[in-house]
Amino acid sequence: MTDLPAALKYTLEHEWLSDDAPATVGITSVAAEALGDIVYLELPAVGETVTAGTVIGEIESTKSVSELFSPVTGTVVEVNTAAVDDPSVVNSDPFGAGWLLKVDVAEAGPLLTAEEYAAHAAG
Amino acid sequence: MSDRPARLSPLHDEHVALGAALTDFAGWQMPLRYGSDVAEHTAVRTAAGLFDLSHMGELWVEGPGAGDALDRALVGNLSALAVGRARYTMICQDDGGVLDDLVVYRLAADGADERYLVVANASNVDVVRDALAERFAGRDDVTLTDRSELTALVAVQGPRAEEIVVGLVADPAEADAVRALKYYASVPARVAGLDALVARTGYTGEDGFELFVPAGDAPTLWRALLEAGSPLGLVPAGLSARDSLRLEAGMPLYGNELDTTTAPHDAGLGRVVKLDKVDASGQPLPFVGRAALESRAHAVPARTLVGLQGLSRRAARHGYPVVTTSGAVVGTVTSGAPSPTLGHPVAMAYVTPEVSAEGTDLAVDVRGRHEPVRVVPLPFYRRPR
Repeated sequence: MTDLPAALKYTLEHEWLSDDAPATVGITSVAAEALGDIVYLELPAVGETVTAGTVIGEIESTKSVSELFSPVTGTVVEVNTAAVDDPSVVNSDPFGAGWLLKVDVAEAGPLLTAEEYAAHAAG
Repeated sequence: MSDRPARLSPLHDEHVALGAALTDFAGWQMPLRYGSDVAEHTAVRTAAGLFDLSHMGELWVEGPGAGDALDRALVGNLSALAVGRARYTMICQDDGGVLDDLVVYRLAADGADERYLVVANASNVDVVRDALAERFAGRDDVTLTDRSELTALVAVQGPRAEEIVVGLVADPAEADAVRALKYYASVPARVAGLDALVARTGYTGEDGFELFVPAGDAPTLWRALLEAGSPLGLVPAGLSARDSLRLEAGMPLYGNELDTTTAPHDAGLGRVVKLDKVDASGQPLPFVGRAALESRAHAVPARTLVGLQGLSRRAARHGYPVVTTSGAVVGTVTSGAPSPTLGHPVAMAYVTPEVSAEGTDLAVDVRGRHEPVRVVPLPFYRRPR
């Protein structure tokens, strides 16, 4: 759990959010590891409005399907098409090249610090 | 599920040391994967994988009446097996529903030494043992012993499996015997210095071996196989790879393709039901489920198991509805996943006979969206020979 970047904010549903603008959204290494090999990403389109705490996409691994929740309310300004084309990058680099979306944030949802998230993920 | 604490494989410490992600499976803590499940899958197709199957059940059926007792208890003709051969079979209810699918090995013949090994699925060991005990009741010519706790089962599967296993058999005659083993045959041999029953069976669609050893010997065997196999590309492989491999190979999984509401015929496995079994006087042998299965053999099934090739990127999963291109529900997916070998999703499903023909275009309702699929023959993958 030592590899959680301290500069990021986290959700209970295992997404991370950067604090720059637009904000970058991804899933944590904890989530990526639990899912196994990710084979398919279903992400919202550029221009779409997303609402904090609601399902905005799906992440499919060889064994399971899980939902992607929006950590913020706002407008999607970019999606990581490289990750859509090759979802394995979400496994190999979840906090870097495996980012999912950039969002113009209107309002953030409830977010955790790295320390709080680490405690949640361990619990 | 019971509140019983999860049971640990005799190889548990090996899995932890290898950094396995563990999962609860049929009451056992078993490795789901060690790293990448796709890499483990691919290793089995191209080199070899090492599996811990110690959660499977091993039941010994012994005594002069063992063959006859099994013929009456199971749908197969087990007394016709040659010593050293194995058969895929099933134990059914009176109504023909499948209690479990089994592999039965004939280990010894001749009167008092008559001996069979029945391998049951982990989730069904108690069910199979209790059903056999009931079906053997009143016979003093057969004994049933559940040695599941005392027996470890390790599988080496993949094109390099023979090289790896034979390399650990020091005795030249035994090594020859292992190399010469036919598919669905077994022979006792010393592997890595340990007494093992070596069987050429498996659940991956590849060549490979399953090795039965006393539970206490399992860590030594496991480490020897890892050490010998690693230079040849062998990797430890978990339940996730096991599931995607068996799905590509079109092999049924109990709880998905088979259950007590399913007759062998529904799953396209009517051939395992041996209606021509006879007793000593040449009369049709009564076996549990016979009457129900006899009528099933001639009836048009209400549903049939088919293979579906996904035409989009989203995989159908267990329980998803199968629909026609106009949206009418015609079946249910029993197993589905992206196929690492083929590069597209595959699924098995029960559908109505009218839509079961090869080439039929259907769809699967993937969480509200209809993803196109096509009926294709099973298995999806057949190993090159």
